[in-house]
Amino acid sequence: MITMENRIERVFREKKNNILSVYFTAGFPELNSTNVVIDELRKAGADMIEIGIPFSDPLADGPVIQHSSEVALKNGMSLKLLFEQLKKQSTFIPPAGQAGNQQPAILLMGYLNPILQFGVENFCKEAKECGIDGVIIPDLPLQEYLHEYKPIFDKYGILNIFLITPQTSDERIRLIDSHSKGFIYMVSSSSTTGIKAGINTTQEGYFRRIKKLKLKTPLMIGFGISDRNSFAKACEFANGAIIGSGFIKALEKGTDLKTGISNFIKSIK
Amino acid sequence: MNYQVNEKGYYGNFGGAYIPEMLVPNVEELRENYLKIIYSDSFQKEFNDLLRDYVGRPSPLYLATRLSEHYQTNVYLKREDLNHTGAHKINNTIGQVLLAKRLGKTRIIAETGAGQHGVATATVCALMGLECIVYMGEVDIQRQAPNVARMKLLGAKVVPATCGSKTLKDATNEAIRDWINNPVNTHYIIGSVVGPHPYPDMVARFQSVISEEIKMQLTEKIKRDHPDYVIACVGGGSNAAGAFYHFLDNEKVKLIAVEAAGKGVYSGHSAATMVLGKPGIIHGSKTMLMQTDDGQITEPYSISAGLDYPGVGPIHANLFETGRAAFVNATDEEALKAVFLLCKLEGIIPALESAHALAHLEKLKAKKNEIVVVNLSGRGDKDLATYIEKMQ
Repeated sequence: MITMENRIERVFREKKNNILSVYFTAGFPELNSTNVVIDELRKAGADMIEIGIPFSDPLADGPVIQHSSEVALKNGMSLKLLFEQLKKQSTFIPPAGQAGNQQPAILLMGYLNPILQFGVENFCKEAKECGIDGVIIPDLPLQEYLHEYKPIFDKYGILNIFLITPQTSDERIRLIDSHSKGFIYMVSSSSTTGIKAGINTTQEGYFRRIKKLKLKTPLMIGFGISDRNSFAKACEFANGAIIGSGFIKALEKGTDLKTGISNFIKSIK
Repeated sequence: MNYQVNEKGYYGNFGGAYIPEMLVPNVEELRENYLKIIYSDSFQKEFNDLLRDYVGRPSPLYLATRLSEHYQTNVYLKREDLNHTGAHKINNTIGQVLLAKRLGKTRIIAETGAGQHGVATATVCALMGLECIVYMGEVDIQRQAPNVARMKLLGAKVVPATCGSKTLKDATNEAIRDWINNPVNTHYIIGSVVGPHPYPDMVARFQSVISEEIKMQLTEKIKRDHPDYVIACVGGGSNAAGAFYHFLDNEKVKLIAVEAAGKGVYSGHSAATMVLGKPGIIHGSKTMLMQTDDGQITEPYSISAGLDYPGVGPIHANLFETGRAAFVNATDEEALKAVFLLCKLEGIIPALESAHALAHLEKLKAKKNEIVVVNLSGRGDKDLATYIEKMQ
């Protein structure tokens, strides 16, 4: 195995600001669009890509991502199939001598149950083989992760990204910071995904409070980031921002996937 | 063997709190305070006064003589159907609403399947003057119209869950999402022994009044403090948890949980989670779960809207794994037969859910001198349309 720097860590080493991460649901809008979307996002210059593993009961998601998951499952997407698709992804074969260079970091985001059924070790192993750098598992809390799963994720060099919210206490944020690698996912408001649009003054107060904590881990702001303005605003307070529901909506609209994706990214950066 | 929750929130291998970070402050607040509040003198007094004067507790333990004769044994019915609002659900909603008030919450949300928990929540919110929002699957709204009307009459807002299968599991998803979006002023009254720790333990404690009374009433009636069998139906499992609670450590008492087999366990239309499920995560806890090989949660079926839940409370998953309770099942048809039999022999119209517990009497073959307690968890008014249709 070629040991190479985790691409999430590389992104934050090379770039301190305006880091753009884009979420989309695997198998949406079409079963086989997964690799097309990844490829187009890479070409359009996304710094990180979060591939959503569709789940029947996405508790932390609002209607847009719920819908995309439902469509993806109906299309026949599964974790097993996702790994098969990712293995066919050309971008995951790093050219000799420049391992993983200039490639966006790739994360998987999904709920715990499909991962448990796949087997956590098996999941990490497959993810590593597909060039996955990190995972975001919203319903895997810190304590359970440390207690049961951390050694497995560490063994395969896959970073587990934790979330913080406006309600998270400073004490807990420090605890999360101490266990974090890569970045901390800063949820912009108390909400499910894609509910509240834009950034208001209350949120700015929260962002400032977190900035003052001077955490060791980089911060990415997500939830409610959907356009140039909200992206720019978020980047004032964090290393970058994550767009999910906004991008899914664009995928739904676009007749031509490739032009749609490239236009969407141009409209943000 | 210890069948209670441990300090980490687990029953054996099941339970825990698998929740998104957005819910951590709320769930932690509950976890840190629930025991302190519940066992304070002022809470106990208010809770017990309301159970007595408002709910009408203790509910009778009734020796069903003609049913006993029919089955050649001694069948006692624990009459939770006689509670205010017609089911055991109110024991829990009274407890949780008093807790919510003490935590300074002003807005109450709940999920409901058959509508019994929704009605019980709407009722206590009216009683306490709190805002109440009940999430209910669109399909359930159609099949439980009288309970929807009751909730509205009591001042609750009923919000349809339009995602997924549009039933109980989806209503629960929507309630959890509401809680994520309203983290400060809102308390979520979960209706069963499901959800993240401390919910399963908290709800079991509020429902444990059922077995506490059974113990006292049996002592009074037959000078022994335990039956040979306790039978209860299980969807999420709150009435069973309450009926089993004070007998868990008395291994002389055989505990029997009856799941809904729908059109037959292997028919593809069933809710027999223990037979069809494997360990998984639903609504914040690790438990037995009906799911695909890919880990997608599947849709259970039962004629009874209160039993078609793809998971089960983690306390029951542990009772199943340890063998402390026997998990059996009854089909739609067997449950309906039990309804008509109870109507005919005892003049009691049971809820479809409770009828699953009654249906097991056919298979139990209890001895003549044995004592069987069946938890009659609810009354059948809400199911009249189904019964009328099936009467011929």
